[in-house]
Amino acid sequence: MAGNNHNKFPWNHVLGFIFSIVLTLLAVWAALYSSLSITAIVWTIVTLALLQAAVQLFMFMHIGEGEGKAQKGTIYFSAFIAVVIVAGSIWVMNAMMHSMM
Amino acid sequence: MKLDEFFVTGDPLIYGADVSIILSMIGVVFVLTKYKKWGWLWKEWLTTVDHKKLGIMYILSAVLMLFRGGVDALLMRAQLTMPETEFLDSTHYNEIFTTHGTIMIIFMAMPFLIGLMNVVVPLQIGARDVAYPFLNAVSFWTFFMGAMLFNISFVIGGSPGAGWTSYVPLAGNELSPGPGQNYYLLGLQVAGIGTLLTGINFLVTILKMRAPGMTLMRMPMFTWSSAITCIIIIFAFPVLTVALALMTLDRIFGTHFFTMVDGGMPMLWANLFWLWGHPEVYIVILPAFGIFSEVISTFSRKNLFGYKAMVYSMVIIAALSFVVWVHHFFTMGADASVNSFFSVTTMAISIPTGVKVFNWLFTMYKGRIKINTAMLWSLAFIPNFVIGGVTGVMLAMAAADYQYHNTYFLVAHFHYVLISGTVFACFSGLYYWYPKLFNHKLNETLGKWSFWLFMIGFNVCFFPMYFLGFAGMPRRVHTYAEGSGWFELNAVASVGGVMMGIGFVILVYNIYYSIRYEPRLTTGDPWDARNLEWATPSPVPYYNFAKIPEVRGLDEFWRMKKEGKKDLDLKKDKLEPIHMPDYSGVPVIMSTFLFISGFGLVFEWIWMGVAGAIGVVITMIMRSFDPDEGYHVEVEEIKEIEEHVRREEA
Repeated sequence: MAGNNHNKFPWNHVLGFIFSIVLTLLAVWAALYSSLSITAIVWTIVTLALLQAAVQLFMFMHIGEGEGKAQKGTIYFSAFIAVVIVAGSIWVMNAMMHSMM
Repeated sequence: MKLDEFFVTGDPLIYGADVSIILSMIGVVFVLTKYKKWGWLWKEWLTTVDHKKLGIMYILSAVLMLFRGGVDALLMRAQLTMPETEFLDSTHYNEIFTTHGTIMIIFMAMPFLIGLMNVVVPLQIGARDVAYPFLNAVSFWTFFMGAMLFNISFVIGGSPGAGWTSYVPLAGNELSPGPGQNYYLLGLQVAGIGTLLTGINFLVTILKMRAPGMTLMRMPMFTWSSAITCIIIIFAFPVLTVALALMTLDRIFGTHFFTMVDGGMPMLWANLFWLWGHPEVYIVILPAFGIFSEVISTFSRKNLFGYKAMVYSMVIIAALSFVVWVHHFFTMGADASVNSFFSVTTMAISIPTGVKVFNWLFTMYKGRIKINTAMLWSLAFIPNFVIGGVTGVMLAMAAADYQYHNTYFLVAHFHYVLISGTVFACFSGLYYWYPKLFNHKLNETLGKWSFWLFMIGFNVCFFPMYFLGFAGMPRRVHTYAEGSGWFELNAVASVGGVMMGIGFVILVYNIYYSIRYEPRLTTGDPWDARNLEWATPSPVPYYNFAKIPEVRGLDEFWRMKKEGKKDLDLKKDKLEPIHMPDYSGVPVIMSTFLFISGFGLVFEWIWMGVAGAIGVVITMIMRSFDPDEGYHVEVEEIKEIEEHVRREEA
């Protein structure tokens, strides 16, 4: 991975920056201007979001430059928190929607 | 916007506040000008990147905010002492409990603990500063500007009044029009940046800057608790940032994330708020646990019982703290499976906490306990916190929670855990580490008076509230009917509130008194304590350690003392020049731009919001192109300083 070498032009960062903007614009387009069905829009946005997360992790956050155990631990914990926040929110909000109806 | 809409008008209390704010500002300007202190203020404090000075400023701001939040509390008690009082109207009362809650959590509890972390953590791990000193200054100034932005709301534009949880739709545009609620959003947003940066900064500091030989399992308990707290901050605060940003978009730019119409989900706000809000509870309690561990171990003259159990229980608490958030809204109507799950996780989190309580008790068992003010606050913590914890388990049962929810029972519960946990810890830590900063102790007689008044007042104030809750008194009501039967207990609670107020005043007076009359110390180790922060002379030289100590075990300084301090002798090895960071004015200027931007958004003056944001970006670019390499302290200067500070030491 680049990043440790300060003499080279930071291509990774520039590319990452462009990718993240393009992915965001694509999501905006899918939500506002496309004629896809709601389900298709949701799946498109979720896919774009996962790609976005990957761009951040690989281009900016040096996920490949780890130091073994500690690195793995933090990644697992992050994944745990991400699942808790996303899946937990969906579960809780759905349960509430059901009892509202 | 007309001028009388810009300034809050019509209430004599507010006019009184206006006058006192203007007078104190004139006073400050006058004193600074008269004694020609402007340059000193800028060079020594506003531009500092020294973790000790930033810590002092954090603690000072927190004490100021404790005063502000405390006045709010006393106003509420004044209103509720008698039934059907007309001292505050309902709107004003709503605003006061909102600012009380927000200020006490975000601008008092967290900065007080972060201030102590700033002062203590680098010293405990044998470091010369934090990993990113510049970022540390940015943290402080964004917190400070966020706090100021929130605090001016009550004289300019009006305070938020939808509770510190700011549930929508009440906090939405229809029911809370005007700038008040925007102050809440922007004030917390700006301060939140600072907290997140602190989390990153201190985690890196603890992982990367420990003295040679200090393995993770040799770290002092306060450092451990700070590390775990930082991890929680890093994972929890982004949730708040996003939630606040979404609500800001809703209010200012007309989006529909949390609105009642057009597909908005009002309950998602509560969900996101508590996804941050519950970990936040542990952000303010874990450093407190660390402080109690230090104080109890030092004054029991024993090493901490069950060090590993303490560490593991904190790790478990950190993980569990992210899976209990729904217990804050059991009554919002999720189904039985959701409520049961969160009931069980909530009860589970009390187990590691219980383990810690036993560890503190066993630390004291057969110890030679020394009672002083710092130790008194820690001792009082245990029984009071257990009362709060047990009632917490009562609240954890979802079915029972339907009965307790939104009553004074809940109010009593969280004040029992937050005051006897966090506030007692702040005071205990203040008394304990104060000599390290200012080279004198705080007076013990005044300290004990303030402790007993505050501690007894606390119980007199909040214990009756459990029974008010059982009697059905709801929280957040500005008055109650004469026939409700709630008068007696409310009156008792108000007496307790006044006692706490007097206790606080004595504490502040004690600082003044001690600066003037307490004898100066002749040693850097006034408590005969155990960890490395006491290995430095008092006051601590700005580079902390002339020579970085080599660590060989737990309670390192204790071991050094038993072996005759020969490790600390500077003559043995040659000193080397010390690399230190330069002071910088950028953090305070950058944060001022953030304040301007936030203030503009509060009044929905987009041009001002944009202008401030441009200022922030410009200061960031300035910093990025600044080839600041820091400077070196030469050996001669180190020798001179060390001789000076160690002169009186035997």
